[in-house]
Amino acid sequence: MFIIICWRHDYFDRQTVFIFYCFTIQAFVIFAAHFRVMRTIQFREALREALTEEMRRDDKVFLMGEEVAEYNGAYKVSQGMLAEFGEKRVIDTPIAELGFAGIAVGAAMNGLRPIVEFMTFNFSLVAIDQVINSAAKMNSMSGGQFTCPMVFRGPTGSAGQLGAQHSQNFENWYANTPGLKVVVPSNPYDAKGLLKSAIRDNDPVIFMESEQMYGLKWEVPEEEYLLPIGQAHVVQEGSDVTIVSFGKMMRVLEDADKALKQDGISAEIIDLRSVRPLDIETIVKSVQKTNRLVIVEEAWPLASISSEITYGVQKHAFDYLDAPIARVTSRDVPLPYAPTLVEAYLPNVHRIVDAVKQVSYA
Amino acid sequence: MAKVKFTKEIYTKWFKQMMLIRRFEEKSAQLYGQQKIRGFCHLYIGQEAVIAGCMTALEENDKLITAYRDHGHALAAGIPANEVMAELYGKVTGCTKGKGGSMHMFSKEHNFFGGHGIVGGQIPLGAGIALADQYNGTKDVTVCFMGDGAVRQGALHEAFNMAMLWKLPVIFVVENNEYAMGTSVERTTNVLDIHKIGLAYDMPNYQIDGMKCEDVHEAIADAAKRARKGDGPTFLEIKTYRYRGHSMSDPAKYRTKEEVQKYKAIDPIEVVGKTMISKKWATQADLDKMEDAINIEVNESVEFAEASPYPDASELYTDVYEEDYPFIVE
Repeated sequence: MFIIICWRHDYFDRQTVFIFYCFTIQAFVIFAAHFRVMRTIQFREALREALTEEMRRDDKVFLMGEEVAEYNGAYKVSQGMLAEFGEKRVIDTPIAELGFAGIAVGAAMNGLRPIVEFMTFNFSLVAIDQVINSAAKMNSMSGGQFTCPMVFRGPTGSAGQLGAQHSQNFENWYANTPGLKVVVPSNPYDAKGLLKSAIRDNDPVIFMESEQMYGLKWEVPEEEYLLPIGQAHVVQEGSDVTIVSFGKMMRVLEDADKALKQDGISAEIIDLRSVRPLDIETIVKSVQKTNRLVIVEEAWPLASISSEITYGVQKHAFDYLDAPIARVTSRDVPLPYAPTLVEAYLPNVHRIVDAVKQVSYA
Repeated sequence: MAKVKFTKEIYTKWFKQMMLIRRFEEKSAQLYGQQKIRGFCHLYIGQEAVIAGCMTALEENDKLITAYRDHGHALAAGIPANEVMAELYGKVTGCTKGKGGSMHMFSKEHNFFGGHGIVGGQIPLGAGIALADQYNGTKDVTVCFMGDGAVRQGALHEAFNMAMLWKLPVIFVVENNEYAMGTSVERTTNVLDIHKIGLAYDMPNYQIDGMKCEDVHEAIADAAKRARKGDGPTFLEIKTYRYRGHSMSDPAKYRTKEEVQKYKAIDPIEVVGKTMISKKWATQADLDKMEDAINIEVNESVEFAEASPYPDASELYTDVYEEDYPFIVE
């Protein structure tokens, strides 16, 4: 009102009034942003937003997989997407992972940008020939003529008492293969930013989610953002020990950190976000500061991501280590059904705290 | 099937195409013996009528994908002999810059989606290439070749089911040369007519004489017409024969000389040549002249490959990722 009166009556020259007006607006925006409560959405909703936004942005992007369309997704990630994009771009497939993974690779070679949903990555094993022998190698075998800009996504890891065949982690399997990128987000914010980057990436990306995290709520801004693939995130700075993890294990680590804080231990926590590329540099930098390293991983121990990190750290920060590196992984057996055995199998707060104490000689 | 009127031009194309493949492959065998060509090397000799008859039935933008017995398909797709030979040598001037080798010829420019090394792996890929064309609303057709060994792979059955369900514009061609490496068809199945696999998916399927370019052309033309109309895939069992072993290391002791002779007696190059002479479209001298030109082309491809450099070691890290990538380098 004051501005309008000034404008109408020429109390000040109009340029001054206009500048004043601009400052007022800007101040209001900053004020509002500062006090606004950021919305929280579920992991599955964050993924859905990433998928939907990217499909609106680029009509070459489409989603295919079991139950993704009419059923609205086995875990409701793709809920409502058939209604928005139609059956041409949200495609229900028969239970034939090898076949539809290969069809998606062929479509990618011919100019489309497919997103393949595996109901779980356990089932990706029957499609692994097309992921490893076709998608990962097409660029190289063809001398750079045919690329596969595509995403294979779905949940990985254990999710309760699901038995041996539905509880596995193959992050390290895929991470071993040149030509692929492997992203394993640990929260809805990362999931959205990383999935959008994965869809825009011109290389095949394995994007591994968690059945147990689909309902996890987190602050996710309304505005568009992308997160780079290949850069680890230092979630918390600390001085006593570095703890590295990724995916769902970050949530277990969160609880372990509370226990460590009670014991007065300051942990620097690193979320890898992707395991191929593996951001060893960020880990090394942290170890140079804390001199101690614990790695938490849901996969089995042999030839795992933690093995590779251990190699990288002894190679690049050998003189900085004050204790042998410790790791917490799943036990070296198939996961049985009984709750006591599940409890004994998985990494947990107790084992993480023990590992930290071990490297701290505490 | 619609009868096609085959012109002199088509016969001439067949003759030249098949002669080029035959001479190129004979030269490849020779060079393999001299260890100029290394790795696995699977020759197409005897099967030339399949790809020759196919190519004259297709349109310019149609796509091809095949398995590892791919030199003939690569040449027929239009990749210059120089580039195919240089690839066999592993030279940087090869059609995949020395990265693919004998089993992995590719050319985007010629719509050749590659030679693929895992038996049956190219079958879903072929369906996927067709899915993209359907998605983009082109009228292009993909021809997906496979050997008779590949039809036992699950990938075929999954791809056939979806290709038929979604009416993808793809023609699946099994080049039945009767042996999956050393195992004859009758030792792998009790359904000897491979084309009948199509019945399980209501896919139109035919058995074709692969020693006759005419029959192959007609079958492919019909299937392509069906695909372009939106009626979906066709499965063609094209019966053919390879004169040589499975690969260069295979002496082919699992079959008799008489069996090989039976097919050599109906050699498609000779048959097409004789037809051209009988129709007075060419004299023996004309055919000899064409053959001489092809011999020169093949010899020049060897000179080209010999003179070309190997890829520099720095090429190791190119064409793995499209984006910049921080490789682990010790």
